[in-house]
Amino acid sequence: MKERLGGAVNQLPLFLGLVLLWAALWGRFSWLNLVTGAVFAAIVSVVFYLPAVQLSGRVNLWRSAWLFGKLLWDIGRASVNVAWLAVGPGYTPTNAIIAVHLRTRSDLILTWTAVATSIVPGSIVVDIERVDSTLFLHVINMHDTSETDRFRASVLATERRIVMAFGSHEDVERVSRVQNEEERLGITPGEPPEYTNGAPS
Amino acid sequence: MSALWSDVVTAVLVLLAALMCLAAGLGLLRFPDVLTRLHSATKPQILGLMAVTLDIAVTNFSVGTLTLVLAIVLFQALTAPMAAHLVARAAYVTDHLRPDLLVLDELRDARG
Repeated sequence: MKERLGGAVNQLPLFLGLVLLWAALWGRFSWLNLVTGAVFAAIVSVVFYLPAVQLSGRVNLWRSAWLFGKLLWDIGRASVNVAWLAVGPGYTPTNAIIAVHLRTRSDLILTWTAVATSIVPGSIVVDIERVDSTLFLHVINMHDTSETDRFRASVLATERRIVMAFGSHEDVERVSRVQNEEERLGITPGEPPEYTNGAPS
Repeated sequence: MSALWSDVVTAVLVLLAALMCLAAGLGLLRFPDVLTRLHSATKPQILGLMAVTLDIAVTNFSVGTLTLVLAIVLFQALTAPMAAHLVARAAYVTDHLRPDLLVLDELRDARG
């Protein structure tokens, strides 16, 4: 019983999100809308039951604002870049499918990073390896390893911003620790471990 | 004055959105393979959609339109990457890609 109660408390933010969405779609935050929203949210969460999401229970508003601001800026900048590739003269496509080894072990952060990377034009998630949190991204307009390394670093920076905004305490600690270790050992950030030990098999 | 101001906002934002759609269409024609075309088919309109909805929110401001616009952009931003991912994955698994366009393919390396 206590476990179920804890589960319900953990799911409360998602439930409130559904109620808010209902009111937002109607465009009015009247009591009637909130009550009908709560009824529909309850029906939806019972009928379309999904396994509980592990929320981290930590939100940093400033970091979240920075995350979304940077994301909007990236979308704008990259949209213009990709649009120019499509319109401008003399484009010869060279692309790359890049594996990015993320630092987190949380499914939620992995999903957020995948969506945040994918929403920025120029990169598409082709596959995800959940076991070691690796994203396989198809990236447009890549020519050599210095560009792919820079792209990898930018995905890791996005992950870091997401973890700082609403990751768990363990993830925040883990991201900083792995980053320090990589800097100390001089490893290129985000490369899958098997490539850093020697030649790719 | 305020009517002129709102006209200028509308002209700039809707033109930006139209340019993005044009670029997406041209990219579909000009890019060589499925994965490259996906970039132009799914992404630049996110900015275009944001521009159009922002114009609606600014010129017909009310709480109702603002919340609706936010919901539209949020769901478009959440679902467009999923659609792109599913098509990209299907294309990769069924070998609808041109390896000669890739300078690096670490997914092939990982799958062995």
